Amino acid sequence: MAKTGRIDWRQLIRYGLLAGVAALYVSVIGMVEVFSQRSLITGVLTLGQLLLFSAPVLAGYLAVYKDDESQTAAFSLLKGVITGLFSSLPLIALVLLANAVNLRAMFVNVSPALIDILVFGQGTAVGVLLLLLSGAIWGTLGVIIHLLPDKTRHVVLVGLSWTLGAGMLSELLIQVFRPLFGSGFIRFVFQGGALKLWASIVVFILVTLLDWYWSKRREEVKTKMANLNPTQRRAGMGVGLLILLILPWILGTYLSEVLDNVGLFILMGLGLNIAVGLAGLLDLGYVATFAIGAYVMGLFTSTSSLGVGELNFWIVLPISILAAMTAGFLLALPVLHMRGDYLAITTLGFGEIIRILALSDWLSPIIGGAQGILAIPKPQIGSFVFRGPQEIYYLILAGCILAIFVSSRLNNSRTGRQWMAMREDEDVAAAMGIDTTKSKVLAFTLSAASGGLAGAIFASKLGTIFPHSFNLLISINVLSLIIVGGMGSLPGVVVGAFALVALPELLREFAEYRLLLYGALLIVMMLARPEGLWPSAVRRRELKGTEEEEIEGGEGAPVAVTAD
Amino acid sequence: MREKFFERFSWVSLVLNSFRIIVIILIVVGAFNTLQGGKYTTSQWVSLSVSGLAQGSIYALIALGYTLVYGILLMINFAHGEVFMAGAFTAVFVAEAFKESGFLDSSPLLAVTILILVAAVVSTVVAVILERVAYRPLRGAPRLVPLITAIGASFFLQYTFRGLYGSGFKSYPEVAAVQGTWHIAGNDIPIVQIVVFVAAILLMVALYWLVERTKVGKAMRAVSENKEVAALMGIDIDQIIVMTFAIGGALAGAAGVINGLYRPQGVSFTMGFFPGIKAFTAAVLGGIGNIPGAMLGGLFLGVFESIGPNLILEGLGIPAANQLKDAIAFTMLVLVLIFRPQGILGERLTEKKA
Repeated sequence: MAKTGRIDWRQLIRYGLLAGVAALYVSVIGMVEVFSQRSLITGVLTLGQLLLFSAPVLAGYLAVYKDDESQTAAFSLLKGVITGLFSSLPLIALVLLANAVNLRAMFVNVSPALIDILVFGQGTAVGVLLLLLSGAIWGTLGVIIHLLPDKTRHVVLVGLSWTLGAGMLSELLIQVFRPLFGSGFIRFVFQGGALKLWASIVVFILVTLLDWYWSKRREEVKTKMANLNPTQRRAGMGVGLLILLILPWILGTYLSEVLDNVGLFILMGLGLNIAVGLAGLLDLGYVATFAIGAYVMGLFTSTSSLGVGELNFWIVLPISILAAMTAGFLLALPVLHMRGDYLAITTLGFGEIIRILALSDWLSPIIGGAQGILAIPKPQIGSFVFRGPQEIYYLILAGCILAIFVSSRLNNSRTGRQWMAMREDEDVAAAMGIDTTKSKVLAFTLSAASGGLAGAIFASKLGTIFPHSFNLLISINVLSLIIVGGMGSLPGVVVGAFALVALPELLREFAEYRLLLYGALLIVMMLARPEGLWPSAVRRRELKGTEEEEIEGGEGAPVAVTAD
Repeated sequence: MREKFFERFSWVSLVLNSFRIIVIILIVVGAFNTLQGGKYTTSQWVSLSVSGLAQGSIYALIALGYTLVYGILLMINFAHGEVFMAGAFTAVFVAEAFKESGFLDSSPLLAVTILILVAAVVSTVVAVILERVAYRPLRGAPRLVPLITAIGASFFLQYTFRGLYGSGFKSYPEVAAVQGTWHIAGNDIPIVQIVVFVAAILLMVALYWLVERTKVGKAMRAVSENKEVAALMGIDIDQIIVMTFAIGGALAGAAGVINGLYRPQGVSFTMGFFPGIKAFTAAVLGGIGNIPGAMLGGLFLGVFESIGPNLILEGLGIPAANQLKDAIAFTMLVLVLIFRPQGILGERLTEKKA
């Protein structure tokens, strides 16, 4: 290891420049400018700045990460400064270059506004100095975080992430708090859709205190939770269900709409989870089942000229699920002998064929072509109509609970175990007497059911369906949420859906970069945490195994995601 | 025993065989009807086939990237379509500058060569970074893992380039030198199609020479045969893998510019998706991992896609058959994977690899 006070220049420059390139990247693709409109703490920090600064902080942290105890603190800090200075260089180059030539002709997002953000609104000369200074400061901050004693660091990081999270979700908090505490409170705490400085400090202190308290009591609470008797458990579930039932009326229309979307994706995620998570069959054409469910629902209930029969929602619901299952069954037959990559591309092909057919003039007399199907009535029970998002919510909730129930039963069933065995090694599974043909067909068929249900609800929720709603991105969305949550894990699907569907919905600035972040997330998850955020027990053992240390080392991974 | 065998396999193979028969009947009936109807003249068929060949040679160039990587790593580089897009999308800016300065019209050959080089370099860089960041750390991981990474990388690259160059469509400037037609054997054939075809063939010949005649090519073949033994022979495996990605990337970049000559419109961040999938189809069609197979598969797919809608679908009475062109390519992919997964020329593909 390095002797006391020795500076490994190459390493520092490498980390510094890498961080700088990351900062340059987020600037050039326009994230910094767009995210600067979202302020986290009024007048102090915007999301754009957070994005820019997290890279040098991380670089400073990594620069001293592997140092041993013999390093003196002063030298570590010096390393942070050096790393930080180097991390500013790519941005400085960008600023100077943008002043000299019109970069915008090629890089559309290198706007004067971006350059202004980068130089802190101070003009080029002062701005460059400020950039160097800020790089040095953030690099040092990274080192300081590393130098903190473990417990303090944990508390500080937890406090920081909650504070920043609260700042990011201010709009959501405002919507929830306004009916509860009144507008006066809102004006008192928030300003311009962000936390006021004092409020964020209060949040920070509260969270650190809570975290400190929690770390003392954690074991106690855990044992208590584990020792609950069935009645208490049932009571807990009852309370949870009650909260779920009144949720849309607390949250209001807009947030209920978001919740509905999350619910639909949970439904699809649960379905795809059977194929991908349990049986290990990577299905990229999952949107096809969703589309079939929606189109069947649309065709048989629509009151427009395309409608056939104008049947009741509740009659068509099982039909559309059956139709989706049939499609899943038919899809399964030809792909029985394919594995991995081939399966993925073939299923992707199926999904695209369905979309192209739905768009074509050939089938448009039957299913409406690009114009889609209009006038799909809302479902109703007696005189209760599922009209708005708050009512539809119950339908989706019921679907989700049903799907979760079925999935959890499947998980622990003989079939589920067969799927898992097949996922691990098909040949061995077959040798153990598992009928892989049957298992695969079953996996595809059951997996499609949930997609069909989601599609049917989707169609009657919107009232109209267009082929454009059923593109590949839906499949990718669903796949991403499964992977992020943890393949094969039911709570993982829910966590993944909230993280990937609700969050971008709430942070409008993300809209444009949503798929970029999904892509980055898929890569980072596979590299750093292939078992997902909330892994299933089996999967965790299997993927972690001997790599325990490496994953622990990836502490900075969540930061890296935002920095990308 | 015998009964049990039938019990387990017969219904699946029954379905697949009837599916096969239906497909054959549809193709025959469709083609028969169209030819019987005499809607198209011979020269129309010729021009459709020639434009199919031109399009197919572009698929073939991209397909080589899939095949090269598959040959060595046994993985499908899902993001290869985006590598193609990266080169094409970047070079369009250079092409615009060339057009403005008049360089493109005064010395078209040199200008297009430079464009191809630019695109090839950009695509190569993207492919190499992709390998380094997304694939190398995952060598030896379960197969699903690099595949998911590749899908992630594909979207990451698409939206990166959308962030860099914007979401609008751009188009390559027209090169005056390749406008117009040549009169060959009674048919008017657009010069641009001939140029595209010839350029692609030249690149493929260069690749073939590289793989078969040079030391690097020998090393590549050795690595694809057996990694451990190749390493024992003193071959740097990592370097060869990077090399493979680089060559595949360069070909894809070149394909990007050639594609721009042929179809100037529609250069955007999503342009890689369909060519990527189709090139993959071409690679599978020819037998994945097999270099001449990828070339042949590309050409075949191009021609089939070009005449298929008119020949088969119209014969079946389907209106606006050209809308279904993309569906034809996908259907073909599915059919090949079901009935002849080893492709036209492939023999290496065993059950395990598929």
